[in-house]
Amino acid sequence: MVRVKLWGSLRALADGEEWVEVEASNFKELLDALAEKHPGLAPQIKRGVSLALDGVIYREAWFTKIGPENEVILMPYMVGG
Amino acid sequence: MAFDAQAERNFKVVGTRVARPDGIDKVTGKAAYGADISAPGMLHGRILRSPHAHARIVSIDTSAAEALAGVKAVVTGADLAQPEDEGFADVAINCLARDKVLYDGHAVAAVAATSKSIAKQAIRLIKVDYAVLPHVTDVDAAMKPDAPVVQEGRALETVPAGMSQNVTTHCQFGHGDLDAGFAKADKIIERSFKTAATHQGYIEPQACMASLGSDGRGEVWCCTQGQYMVRANCAAVLGVEESQLRITSSEIGGGFGGKTSTFIEPVALALSRKAGKPVKIVMTRDEVLKATGPTISSSMDIKIGMTKDGRITAARGELRYSGGAYPNATVDMGAQAAFAAYDLEAVETVGWNAMTNRPKEIPYRAPGAPTSIYAVESVVDELCQELGLDPLDVRLLNAARKGTLSSYGPTFNDIGLVATLEAAKAHPHYTAPLGPNQGRGLSCGFWFNFGGNTCVSLNINDDGTVGVVEGNPDIGGSRASISMMAAEELGVPYDKVRTVIADTSSLGFNDITDGSRVTFAVGLATIEAARAAIKEMCRRIAKIWDIDEDAVIWEDGCAKPAGPNAGTHPPMSLAEIAAIAGNTGGPIAGHHEVNADGAGVSFGVHLCDTEVDPETGATKILRYTVFQDAGKAVHPDYVEGQMQGGAVQGIGWALNEEYIYGEDGRLQNAGFLDYRVPVASDLPDIETVILEIPNPGHPYGVRGVGETPIVPPLAAIANAVSRAAGVRMTELPMSPPRLLKAMTG
Repeated sequence: MVRVKLWGSLRALADGEEWVEVEASNFKELLDALAEKHPGLAPQIKRGVSLALDGVIYREAWFTKIGPENEVILMPYMVGG
Repeated sequence: MAFDAQAERNFKVVGTRVARPDGIDKVTGKAAYGADISAPGMLHGRILRSPHAHARIVSIDTSAAEALAGVKAVVTGADLAQPEDEGFADVAINCLARDKVLYDGHAVAAVAATSKSIAKQAIRLIKVDYAVLPHVTDVDAAMKPDAPVVQEGRALETVPAGMSQNVTTHCQFGHGDLDAGFAKADKIIERSFKTAATHQGYIEPQACMASLGSDGRGEVWCCTQGQYMVRANCAAVLGVEESQLRITSSEIGGGFGGKTSTFIEPVALALSRKAGKPVKIVMTRDEVLKATGPTISSSMDIKIGMTKDGRITAARGELRYSGGAYPNATVDMGAQAAFAAYDLEAVETVGWNAMTNRPKEIPYRAPGAPTSIYAVESVVDELCQELGLDPLDVRLLNAARKGTLSSYGPTFNDIGLVATLEAAKAHPHYTAPLGPNQGRGLSCGFWFNFGGNTCVSLNINDDGTVGVVEGNPDIGGSRASISMMAAEELGVPYDKVRTVIADTSSLGFNDITDGSRVTFAVGLATIEAARAAIKEMCRRIAKIWDIDEDAVIWEDGCAKPAGPNAGTHPPMSLAEIAAIAGNTGGPIAGHHEVNADGAGVSFGVHLCDTEVDPETGATKILRYTVFQDAGKAVHPDYVEGQMQGGAVQGIGWALNEEYIYGEDGRLQNAGFLDYRVPVASDLPDIETVILEIPNPGHPYGVRGVGETPIVPPLAAIANAVSRAAGVRMTELPMSPPRLLKAMTG
C-alpha cells in the first residue's frame, strides 16, 4: 500500500481525508486507484496533476516506481513562464 | 537522470564564458525575427478589436470590407472550429470572439489585403452591432455574488457552491495547528495587499506569416516560445491534422512566458485558407498590451505570528488572483510558493481565481509566485521592524532546509536557501551605510522549475564537427549552453559544435520553452545523445582494433584502449572516426527522447537600497544585488543575465508598471509612454552572486535559473521603500502618486 497526501482543497472530494491509502506500484496505478476510490478526484486527475516523490516533483511520468517507503504528495500540475 | 557520481569533475567547457552564437547576427541586424519573414504574393492581415469590456455580439456585417478593392479575405469566429477541449476552445474564442466579447481589445474579425493601409481601412468598414453588458475588472468586485458574470459554468469542482460564477479555482495547502501556532506568537501582523496586472514587456511584438493551401497543408513562421504548442493550437482551432502543419520559430525578441500561447497564428491561417495566399500579421504595441496575456492582478491577506526572538510560529495567506476573462491555475502556483522559503510548524495558504473582463492571463516568469511572496515577505519584514530584529538573521533562523516539510507538501531534499542567505549576509552590500530617505530591503524567492518533454538529435559530421538539433526557441542562451554541454561530453572545442532550433516537422515533440526547463532538460537530453554517439564511436573503433567494446573508453575527445587486454593502439579522435564513418557502418549520430523530471527547486535572495523623494514620491534604486543558487552555471554570463533581467523586470513591477482600467472597463495606458517599463537610466548596475549547489537530478548538476530572479524583487523593493519612507506600502506599483499619498497621509 502507498500513502498519498492530498492538497487541502481536494480533501472535500475524498471524504475529508488528508492521506489516502491505495494499492499502487507506480504513478499511473496510483492515479487510477485514487480516481476509483474517490471518483470526485477524477476530474482533477484528468486535467493533470504532479506528484512529489521523496521531494522530487514529477509531472507526467506514469511508470515512476512508488513504494510504501516513499513520501508521496499529490500536487497541482506545474506550469511555468 | 542522476547527477554524475564523480567526486570532482573538472569541466573544460561548461562554466566558461564562450562567445554567444547569436551575437553577431543580433548586433548587425541580420537576425530574422517574426516580422522579418516575407513571401511572394503575401497579404497583410489586420484584426478588428472590441471597444467594449463586455458585450454580446448581435451581428457582424463584413460586406463593405469584402467589397473594398484589395481585400482578399475576411474572417470572424465562425471561420474557426469549435474544439471540444476547453483549453483549445478558450484559445479559439480568444483568437476570434464568437457570441460575446470579454474584454477591451478582444478580437472580433480580421481581414487580409494587398497592403497594410487597405487592411487598416477595411477593418473600419466592418459593422459590429454590440449589446453592451455590465463589466467587472477588479478581482475583489468579481468575487461578489452579484458581480457581472464573465463566463458561466466555468467553476471547477473544488469551488464551494454559492460563490459568484466568476470564481473558477479554489486551492488550499498547508499543515499544522494554526490556532496553537498563533497562540505562541509574541507579535502577530495581519495585512492586506493588492498588486496590479503587469505585462511581460517583451520588445518584439507577436508576428507571424502563415500559409494554408486548399490541400490542407500549411506553414507558419512566427515568434513563439513553443512551435509545437503553436502547431497544436492551430490544428485544433483550424480543424486540421498536426502533421499537415509545419511551424518554424523565428529569432525571438523576448518572451518571459508571454509567448507560450497563440493569438494571431490561427487567424493568419484562416485568412490564408480563404485568400489562397500567405498572410502576415504583426501586432502593434497597443494590441500587444490590450490583447496578449499580462500576468494576474491580485488581492491578498497575510497573517504571520512571530516570537520576540524571531521564530515564526504560524502563517496564513489568502490569495485572490484574476487571470482575466478565462479560468486559469496560476493561483495554485502562487499558493504553493508563498511560504516555501520557511520551515513552519503551522501554515495554510488558500487561493481563489476569479474571472474579470481583462485579457486572458498568460504566464510571466514564475507565474503566481512574485505576488504571493511579495505579500509574505512584506509581513516578515514588518515583524522584524516591530520586534527590532535583523531581517536576514530572522530568515536564516526560519529558513527551509534539507528535511523541512515544505508549506506545499513535500519534504525538501538538498536546497540552497541557507547558503544563499549566508552569501547575502557576508556581502558588503548588507552592511553598507545608508543616508537620509534611504532604506534597504531584503526578500527571499522560490521557484519550482521543471523538465518536460524533450527531443534532441546530435550528428557527428564527416569533418569532425558536431550538429545538435533541439526543439525549443532560444530565449535565454540555450543554443550556447546546449553546444557547451555537447562539447563537454564529446571532448571537442565549443566552436566545433553548432546547435539549431528545429521546425515541427524536423524533430519530435518538445514542450514549450517555459518553467526554466531548457538548459536543464534539453541539456540532459543532449548529454545523453552525446553519450549515445560516443558509445557508437567506441563500438566501431573496437571493431577496427579487434577488441571488446568495453575495452574502449572515451577520453579527451578520443577513443582509447583501456584494460589489460586492449593493446597499445594510438587514440583515435572524433574527427578521425568521423572521417571513416562511411567505412565503419555509416553516419554517426546520437539522439535522446525524454520527459525529464528532477529539475530541482531554486531559491534566490535579493538586496535592494532605495531612496525616496519626500516631495514627489519618486523612488530611485541605489544599489541592487542578486544571490541565487543556479546549480552548475553552464554559461555564467547568461546566468547573470537572467538574474539581472529578473531584477529589472521586478523593479518595473514594483515601481511603475500597471494595467490601468477606466470606469468604462477600457485599458487606459496601452503604450510604452503610459505603461512605463524601466530603462537603463533608471537602474544601477545589478550585482550578481551565483551559488553553485549541484542539482542531484542532472548529470552536471544544472538547475533552471530563468524564473526565480523575478520572484524576490517586489518585496525587496517594497521593504526598502517602506523603510525609507517610514510607511508600510501594501499596494503595487509604488508609483510616485501612490507613494506620495502614503507618505503625506
